[in-house]
Amino acid sequence: MSQSAENILPCHPLFREPEYRDMLAAKAARFENKADMEKLEETFQWTTSPEYKELNFKREALTINPAKACQPLGAVLCALGFKDTLPYVHGSQGCVAYFRTYFNRHFKEPIACVSDSMTEDAAVFGGHPNMDAGLKNAHALYKPNIIAVSTTCMAEVIGDDLHAFITNAKKNGHIPMEAHTPSAHTPSFVGSHTTGYDNMMEGILRYFTLNEVHEKKVGSNGKINIIPGFETYLGNYRLLRRYMEEMGVEYTLLSDPSEVLDTPADGHYRMYSGGTTVEEIKDAPNAIDTLMVQPVCTGTKTRKFIQDTWGQPGQAVLPPMGLEWTDAFLMKVSELTGKAIPPSLELERGRLVDMMADSQAWLHGRKVSLYGDPDFVMGMCKFMMELGVEPLHVLIHNASKQVGKRLKKILDESPFGKSAQLHIGRDLWHLRSLVFEERPDFLIGNSYGKFIQRDTRHKGEAFEVPLVRLGFPIFDRHHLHRNTTLGYEGGMYILTEVVNTLLAELDRKTMGYGTTDYNFDLIR
Amino acid sequence: MSALTKEEARGLIQEVLELYPETARKDRAQHLAVNEQEGQQSNCIVSNRKSLPGVMTARGCAYAGSKGVVWGPIKDMIHISHGPVGCGQYSRAGRRNYYVGYTGVNTFGTMNFTSDFQEKDIVFGGDKKLAKMIDEIDALFPLNKGVTVQSECPVGLIGDDIESVARKSSESLGKPVVPVRCEGFRGVSQSLGHHIANDTIRDWILDKQPKVDGGPYDVAIIGDYNIGGDAWSSRILLEEMGLNVVSQWSGDGTLAELQRCSSVRLNLLHCYRSMNYISRHMEAKYGIPWLEYNFFGPTKIAKSLREIATHFDDTIKEGAERVIAKYTPMMEAIIGRYRPRLAGKRVMLYVGGLRPRHVVGAYEDLGMEVVGTGYEFGHNDDYDRTMKEMGDATLLYDDVTAVEMERFAERLRPDLIGAGIKEKYVFQKMGIPFRQMHSWDYSGPYHGYDGFAIFARDMDMAVNSPVWSRLKPPWK
Repeated sequence: MSQSAENILPCHPLFREPEYRDMLAAKAARFENKADMEKLEETFQWTTSPEYKELNFKREALTINPAKACQPLGAVLCALGFKDTLPYVHGSQGCVAYFRTYFNRHFKEPIACVSDSMTEDAAVFGGHPNMDAGLKNAHALYKPNIIAVSTTCMAEVIGDDLHAFITNAKKNGHIPMEAHTPSAHTPSFVGSHTTGYDNMMEGILRYFTLNEVHEKKVGSNGKINIIPGFETYLGNYRLLRRYMEEMGVEYTLLSDPSEVLDTPADGHYRMYSGGTTVEEIKDAPNAIDTLMVQPVCTGTKTRKFIQDTWGQPGQAVLPPMGLEWTDAFLMKVSELTGKAIPPSLELERGRLVDMMADSQAWLHGRKVSLYGDPDFVMGMCKFMMELGVEPLHVLIHNASKQVGKRLKKILDESPFGKSAQLHIGRDLWHLRSLVFEERPDFLIGNSYGKFIQRDTRHKGEAFEVPLVRLGFPIFDRHHLHRNTTLGYEGGMYILTEVVNTLLAELDRKTMGYGTTDYNFDLIR
Repeated sequence: MSALTKEEARGLIQEVLELYPETARKDRAQHLAVNEQEGQQSNCIVSNRKSLPGVMTARGCAYAGSKGVVWGPIKDMIHISHGPVGCGQYSRAGRRNYYVGYTGVNTFGTMNFTSDFQEKDIVFGGDKKLAKMIDEIDALFPLNKGVTVQSECPVGLIGDDIESVARKSSESLGKPVVPVRCEGFRGVSQSLGHHIANDTIRDWILDKQPKVDGGPYDVAIIGDYNIGGDAWSSRILLEEMGLNVVSQWSGDGTLAELQRCSSVRLNLLHCYRSMNYISRHMEAKYGIPWLEYNFFGPTKIAKSLREIATHFDDTIKEGAERVIAKYTPMMEAIIGRYRPRLAGKRVMLYVGGLRPRHVVGAYEDLGMEVVGTGYEFGHNDDYDRTMKEMGDATLLYDDVTAVEMERFAERLRPDLIGAGIKEKYVFQKMGIPFRQMHSWDYSGPYHGYDGFAIFARDMDMAVNSPVWSRLKPPWK
């Protein structure tokens, strides 16, 4: 018996104790009908081979370990960024349980979101009664100012008429006529969570501005609108605000969930906190322009609406990640508003450049494989190349071929992007084969990458590829979601993470007494 | 004693009900009750009904019950999330069903295999794609022991014939391929998914297997999901008392163990809610008795070990006593260390499966009182069992909504809440110590004697953390 009151062993050490090892070995040997260790090892090695990679890349139907999620998740995040808004998902309730849990685990925060719990009868007769009762209950119970309605694949397959349902719920008095109810169709079998964000953003802007757009005049309020996109770093919202404030630019963030996803522990639970107000949305068509800092994410429906209906230029900006694209972003804002870029931001820029200079020797020519959402990957590739890091495998699961072409162009413009292999529409099991074929020095991506790291480690220490956790979701480390990845400040964080991961690797490989410890240095 | 009198508890429920519009109020009134130990059993509370539209329920769906709970932890089979990408991604590696194996080689528990339905699959159907996927799976993962198809909502709505695909694929591969109709819109919660999954185990695995004869001490652990290793800290006790655990599922379970189940003398059922269906089937078909046991806390563990032993001869009965005697000093030391720090503390629970009742005894072993409990997806038989465990005038709440639970907690101000991740951060912000009782808050195991030590330590670290006294700034 290894457990004792004085020294309580949790699962990790407990199950390494002899009695458990024996028990598990006996179970495997007697009852599991499992292949012997030799066969397992042999098969594992085969899964790391070029032959396996070929087989793996022949897949046409099967997706393994995707690097994307579905539309309504993005719609929920978008809705959470508006003041006193309750995200409402029309469909079966399990989806909302999953969305809430997924965000709970990433943000370590409560997530308010309801569904109208459609079941078999709704599948047959439609979800109209669910919408009536759901809006009524949600309105009475949670007193939102806005109920932002999106759909699940179920509602989409049966073809529920969202607009008519909501209108009828109002007509029939389930909720007041003046209740705010923007909506978006977000079928899970089209696009990904970033598409869902785009659809909900467009739905909200349309709802609040379409009927009044003739009263608006582009440029009349002197402001800039910024749409953050499916942004899961709280620091990025704050950074965008700070930069605008330091520049003296009047601005509106269209969707800012940074307060509702960061409420204090002080004895009270706040279901609503912060966020973009209805007045701000209604005033948004009067702005000089709307900048989308995730140009792929909101570059389709939202951008079209802003250009066609608001008549704003809706200029494409590149994600302000790293040095050059942050420069470009600030210059764009300056050009649009006539406000100068202040010395404080020049100082901040200089500090990032200083850090890049300090670290460049440890980064130059190092190879990175990275994956994630399109805008994130684009910005990350750009910044890595600025650091002298060479993107090796660049994988985006949820992007179109056009996005691939844009990214290819960006990679080709830098000598550090020459060896990059672009993989659009592929998954993390593809990436696993790729890193076994050609080993990068490190990976950049979300928490799911840890399984790839473990597999490379199992092949042998020399093959291990460390993971720098950047992206969404990050479940297995605490509080990284609070950091900033955009702007010069974001560059400082990313650079710090990357260079120190590589230095930690160097330490790990040079620790052996008198064997490998040449280069096990105090000062770097 | 509970903090509230019966009248106060009833008043609290009334007050909470006032928040709802009339129709919703009538519905919710049936799901909230004040416990009377000697009362008319579950007649006082209604369960397993549809959740109200538009309220915040913690419930999931049938897919979550089948893929996430019953089938997902069968480690050497590959479970396809058949439909759009989301369900498989959100349920990937979220439940900490620990297993031993080479992931991606002979075990697949933390991976996500999905058909990633696109619009064309909805329009033209996904059957051809499914057949192709199964072939691709077998080529890339030759050591897989079989495949299950976990249907997501659209699959049932567009009328795909996954059974036919499964039969053909199974024949061509020579391995079980099991179609599971666990579309998320079926039923009212994950509970129906458990039932549907059990039925497919019956129809596609057990009934295709000849009954084999086993030894006199052969038993199976059923309905332990091995969260944080729970099934292992349970199994070790059964083996120490002389039983032969030939089958364990579904946590760390294998197809071979499923198939072997018909040989056992006794099915040991931990999560009644999710696996009673298959246990009843084996009783009817093979005459295997089953026993619901509870391995939370030394009192219930000892009681369960003795009950299990009554089904066997003196060797096993002596074995049970030997095991109890062996661990008693350790348990006494644990209780000696933690009971003084926890005695008198009041706990509110809200979880799924067996835990809303099974852990009550473990808290009592530490001198704590459970003042409110309820199930996400319990049925009446769960509440029958629960009411006996709970004190008079404690609260029972079925499918409790977020707003109800917040009000209850505000009024009762429990010293600890045990619920899920969706509730966790709400109550921590309110300054109430919290443990996630689905996932053991990334700790565990909590089952068995070794697990109780961890349970006691964890409850202490939650209740007695210095952080809870720091919520107010010192200048206020």
